Amino acid sequence: MNLSSKDIERIRNDFPILNRKVNGSDLVYLDNAATSQTPKQVIDCIVDYYSNYNANIHRGVHSLSQQATEAFEVARKKVQQHFNIAHPEEVIFTSGTTHSINAVASGYAKLLNPGDELIVSALEHHSNIVPWQMACEQSGASLKVIPMDASGALDLKTYESLLSDRTQLVFCNHVSNALGVINPIETIIEKAHAVGAAVLIDGAQAAPHIKADLQALDVDFYTVSAHKLCGPTGIGMLFGKKERLEALPPYQGGGEMIATVSFEKTTYAGLPHKFEAGTPNIAGGIAFGAALDYMNSIGFERIAAYEKQLLELATEKLSLIEGVEIYGTSEEKTAVLSFNIKGLHPYDIGSILDQMGIAVRTGHHCAQPIMDFYQIPGTVRASFSFYNTVDEINRLIAGVIKAKEMLS
Amino acid sequence: MFDDWMQRYEYMISLGKSLPLIDENYKTDDYLIKGCQSKVWVHAALEGDQLIFKADSDAIITKGIIAILIRVFSHQKPEDIMEADTSFIDEIGLKEHLSPTRANGLVSMIKQIKLYAIAFRTQLNQ
Repeated sequence: MNLSSKDIERIRNDFPILNRKVNGSDLVYLDNAATSQTPKQVIDCIVDYYSNYNANIHRGVHSLSQQATEAFEVARKKVQQHFNIAHPEEVIFTSGTTHSINAVASGYAKLLNPGDELIVSALEHHSNIVPWQMACEQSGASLKVIPMDASGALDLKTYESLLSDRTQLVFCNHVSNALGVINPIETIIEKAHAVGAAVLIDGAQAAPHIKADLQALDVDFYTVSAHKLCGPTGIGMLFGKKERLEALPPYQGGGEMIATVSFEKTTYAGLPHKFEAGTPNIAGGIAFGAALDYMNSIGFERIAAYEKQLLELATEKLSLIEGVEIYGTSEEKTAVLSFNIKGLHPYDIGSILDQMGIAVRTGHHCAQPIMDFYQIPGTVRASFSFYNTVDEINRLIAGVIKAKEMLS
Repeated sequence: MFDDWMQRYEYMISLGKSLPLIDENYKTDDYLIKGCQSKVWVHAALEGDQLIFKADSDAIITKGIIAILIRVFSHQKPEDIMEADTSFIDEIGLKEHLSPTRANGLVSMIKQIKLYAIAFRTQLNQ
């Protein structure tokens, strides 16, 4: 059964921040692709942790430590179950997607050789480009790019021609943060595996909208940031197939990731601890689990259906404004609307919308290659979540019309 | 002083239209101010003992902001520019543009104007 307006009202009451005003107007928060808002259930979980059972985990023998450890490991199991991951040790808690990708890239930098090839998509966020460029610099491997077309889709024919037995790794985002386009990752994974290459999918933008089944996808690595799906900042996960993670050298050295330490020789811990050096963001990990609980209590199918409605409405209304150009016109999209108005700079539109209490993102969205493809300085990006309303879309449209008026 | 943001922004937009425009030849990377989400070029030249600034931007509001700065700083002696107080920015309600985000160019623009003043003052003293 779909989310009704009463459901949405109830959901909105879970988010204290949605009641605030910005510059004198009610906040219309449409920058969810940058970060999502946090429901009180998740806020309470963090407060509860620090109020009642804060202690360092995995190390202690006292009760507080055991309680904190259990809560943290329960959260790991929640993440495992949510993404249908086979083993809990394949869930590495990190500080987010950027950390996750850097961990894999830095490991690969030590394993790759000159002549090895990596394939990246043209739609990537800088976090899924720069670490790989660094890895190539260090190892002598080379980077090839799957081109995009004007609709925001990846050119799969060229992708196939780029694959060879020299390809070690393919990486691509599940959903483009700049355009909202959902990539055909099943096909990308299948073709990569056929030549013996591993695949890393950046799921940061997808996870709030799509419940990915990582065993079904047979993906080698998948990254998630909790703050995009109602969780706190500073926590995320790296999923890696056991054999892949075992083959990868550790990223950060320190406590927790070791088995024995002496000045002659140090041995490393098994999974997941090998990749979890130091004291983790314990409250964050527990809250990550709470965020997944919250979203699952609403239901990802209902969330997707509702967000699709919002996207269709916003796209339809925005398209009626003269001079609007929408980027990312694929059929398969999450609720992201990236656009410009002919002759106007996105920064101007975003600034005026902000004065009206409407929060959107302007600029290159950490995806400069996409902007270079379209030969634009940036776009205005409105990104929706299940707590946005039809009324807010109407305010966005009215705001865009007003901005256009003022700037022309 | 503007309480209503619309009036403030309309004023900035119209100010931008009156901006003394930079020569097309100077719209190069050498004159580009870094730290703005939009492109902003600023050129300075000495006329007598005063600095004359010209600028342009591909974003209208940024044009308005730089126009305000040029109104304040242009046709001034370099040492006066170097020592100028910038609290007026707060007073006219442009404080939000002073936030240290990447998108904000106001801080960079003021810095560049002052750097020009230092450079030309040195030149004058030689």
